[in-house]
Amino acid sequence: MAIEKPMAIADLQLQVQTSQDKITVSPIGDWLILDLPKIEKPLQDLRAKADATKIVFDLSGLGKIDMASAFVLSQLISSSPNPNGDQHFSGTHPYVRQLMRAALENSNVCPIPPAKPHFVDILIRIGHAMEDMWEDLVGTFAFAGRLFQTMFRSLLHPKRLRWPSIFSIAEEAGVNALPIVVLLSFFMGAVMAFLSANLLSSFGASLFTVDLVGLSVLREFAVIITAIILAGRSNSAFTAEIGSMRMQQEIDAMKVLGIDPFEALVLPRVIACVLMIPLLVFAAMIAGLLGGALVAWLELGISPSLFISRLHSEVNIQHFWVGMSKAPVFALIIALIGCRQGLLVEGNVESLGRRTTLSVVQALFAIILVNATFAMIYMELNI
Amino acid sequence: MNQQTIIEIRSLRNSFGSHVVHENLDLDVYTGEVLGVVGGSGTGKSVLMNTILNLRYAQNGSIKVFGTEITTAGQQTISKLSRHWGVLFQQGALFSSLNVRENVKAPMREHTNLSNTMMNELADLRISLAGLGPDAGAKYPSELSGGMVKRAALARALALDPQLLFLDEPTSGLDPIGAAAFDELILELKETLGLTVFMITHDLDSLHTICDRVAVLADRKIEIVAPIDQLLHCQHPWVREYFHGPRGRAASNA
Repeated sequence: MAIEKPMAIADLQLQVQTSQDKITVSPIGDWLILDLPKIEKPLQDLRAKADATKIVFDLSGLGKIDMASAFVLSQLISSSPNPNGDQHFSGTHPYVRQLMRAALENSNVCPIPPAKPHFVDILIRIGHAMEDMWEDLVGTFAFAGRLFQTMFRSLLHPKRLRWPSIFSIAEEAGVNALPIVVLLSFFMGAVMAFLSANLLSSFGASLFTVDLVGLSVLREFAVIITAIILAGRSNSAFTAEIGSMRMQQEIDAMKVLGIDPFEALVLPRVIACVLMIPLLVFAAMIAGLLGGALVAWLELGISPSLFISRLHSEVNIQHFWVGMSKAPVFALIIALIGCRQGLLVEGNVESLGRRTTLSVVQALFAIILVNATFAMIYMELNI
Repeated sequence: MNQQTIIEIRSLRNSFGSHVVHENLDLDVYTGEVLGVVGGSGTGKSVLMNTILNLRYAQNGSIKVFGTEITTAGQQTISKLSRHWGVLFQQGALFSSLNVRENVKAPMREHTNLSNTMMNELADLRISLAGLGPDAGAKYPSELSGGMVKRAALARALALDPQLLFLDEPTSGLDPIGAAAFDELILELKETLGLTVFMITHDLDSLHTICDRVAVLADRKIEIVAPIDQLLHCQHPWVREYFHGPRGRAASNA
């Protein structure tokens, strides 16, 4: 009998003695999971090479042992016909055999399908994504239809409208968004004025800065900036609010109490947005023009009174109405997509995150697309 | 019983603003015992557990776990201690982005450098020990029933073979058969591994079957700590009502 592997590592040791008809494995010291990595390699080697039926554990040197270590030891004899039999043990220990018995009884492997990305899988995913996009589009229109139906019914019975909720959402999504909308629009107007000042002064046409700022702010920038900020700010908040209500089963509770979630949650948000966003757009227009006027004054020496009179004479009021006409449509898009994605949240946190992301992405996409459509329509109409 | 203390709380004070939850709270938990903590709703049972786990700072007082002062301990000390305790939260608190096996592997991944194969084997062992079938390993928390979430969370709490186990209402939401099996599992773990268990519970059956001692939280402090048969003779009005109400009687007769 020769000592093959004396492993002296702190208090935890594994000694293996090989002879003709048996392999004596002596675990020595305290065997605890936190020290187990030190001994993992020799144990794995032993498990791969040694014949399970020949293994005998000498328990006399073993101190404390926990479940994980007992499991690791028990795996050495798991292929033996009678792993709990006395022939595998010599020496005594208060509880290790009990643990090893429990470990052997519970050593079944959970089948987990390995994730192997395959070329075909990529195509399948693209296909699924396309299908999802189509379904989302159809779903959004169906949702809009349902909304108009509810809205129509509520307009017939205006008492059923939830005014407190409409006002609190109007405050949160509208009034509280005012500073950021005004600030950003102001800077957009200023940047626009800077750009056109540089470009136009080289032609000696710097007065046209007023036309350009007026046109771009009134027609496009004010409404787009507002819609984009609201898509990031309120649309995501709608999804998160309604989504977490779904996770807490609040929506189910409403349905059970006979409250229509459309009427109680979606409609107030839509109404609040449709009322507030045009006002925000108006504020954004004023701020954008102010930014432009300030830069024109400081950079080009166009006095505010000249700026205003030029604006009056050269920029047609119809540009203002073009800008304003888009506001309620964008409001509808923001509220609709936010609420719809919120109601689609399932019972887990991941789905809430995914839906919130999706909601913002879809809203931005829809805003840009609808804006382009508006541009084409108005161009054809020569407005 | 072995009278070595594993948790030692002295004159603990906890408050939320002007609302005082604990005042002069003293408690000893001995190595190898199962201590049940009971108290009415809002008496701060979970707050007490969170304070011991350093999830909440105490306003005053000292808490020693494994002889280490928790209230002044740094992040590293807590991280070291956390290898030796396992926690089962009331709602399970499984990581929702990981499947059950990965949840159970999470503590091992953080605190040991075992090979992946070994961690998988050990995780599957815990899953099976906690009473879940092998098909549970691949499931995500959102696909599990309430009882399975508790079991999976117990499997994760036991992943590092802790000496101290915190259970926050482990049997709530389980059917009576499942609850009895859970009690038995905890008893078995305590007997084989010498586990110390700090258990918040309302389950009178658990109190009778597995708790060595029961601590009653009332009037902002631990009113009494005693084995359950002594508590039955206690004169404190709340304790009397708790154990001698219709449900209490049914459980003690069982």
